Amino acid sequence: MATRETCALVTGGSRGIGAAIARALAADGWPVAVNFRSGEAAAPAVVDEIVAAGGTAVPVAGDVSAPGAAEQLLAEAERQLAPIGALVNNAGVNADGLALQLEDDDWNRVIETNLSAAFRLTRQAVRGMIRRRHGRVVNIASVVGTTLTNPGQANYAASKAGLVAMTKAIAVEVARRGVTVNAVAPGFIATEMTAELTTGTLEAVPARRAGRPEEVAASVRFLASDEAAYITGATLVVDGGLSA
Amino acid sequence: MATTVTAEQVETVVADALAELGPDRELIKRDATFEELDVDSLDLAELSQVVEEKFGVRLKGDDIASIKTVGQAVDLIVSKAG
Repeated sequence: MATRETCALVTGGSRGIGAAIARALAADGWPVAVNFRSGEAAAPAVVDEIVAAGGTAVPVAGDVSAPGAAEQLLAEAERQLAPIGALVNNAGVNADGLALQLEDDDWNRVIETNLSAAFRLTRQAVRGMIRRRHGRVVNIASVVGTTLTNPGQANYAASKAGLVAMTKAIAVEVARRGVTVNAVAPGFIATEMTAELTTGTLEAVPARRAGRPEEVAASVRFLASDEAAYITGATLVVDGGLSA
Repeated sequence: MATTVTAEQVETVVADALAELGPDRELIKRDATFEELDVDSLDLAELSQVVEEKFGVRLKGDDIASIKTVGQAVDLIVSKAG
């Protein structure tokens, strides 16, 4: 199987949704390169967890938005594991504020990390995938900017809407090479980032609860699998009915 | 990169790469158009990767849009490699 001869790279994989994705892919047999920002604590704990559970994982340090990061991260994952068979663009940041008060830096940093870095990583990863006639790219978008929006997130919403549009555009370019490009759009997911959400916020969710990172990860695992070969350019919404 | 790239070397690499993408080897001549060979833009993007690996020549989107035949591709690569 192609998935056993190649590896998966998960950006921003040390915590929250990214760590859950790394665990889910490893449980599905993927050797996983777990990217984390160099400034964080040493190797992410999720790497040890995966290895302890009998899987294969290695840490790959680096800020996805740094110059040359796409080439460097992919080369490092390939050096340690195998050619990239699945890329999960999960790394994301937010810098919220009403548009009237957003600084250029707040705008640029969010677009750069959430959208431009994902583009550069995808461009680089797809080069090998089209040659191997197999590949999976999964972009972690958001319901914000795609199916609904919040005040104070013009930059974040634009970056995620852009990510969905990019997903579709690249999907149609590479579909005939057996490479799929999809997005997963989570709603309210219980992570450190959303710890401050009040129960009042959750009343807007038909499921009346926040999602779990594992519930997002399960969608990514499916889209990365051979079973999902005919799904491309799609956005899978995982939001407990919030945008239904 | 080497500055002694010959047209023959480039022709061989281009023909080999194109043959892997589908068209019959004997149809890949200098005056054959990519349209005739059923070689599309994605094929040419893949070809440009091979060319970059072999000769260190990077073909951009504009370059690829401007070449219509195998011979034009070879000439462009040779000129960039020189």
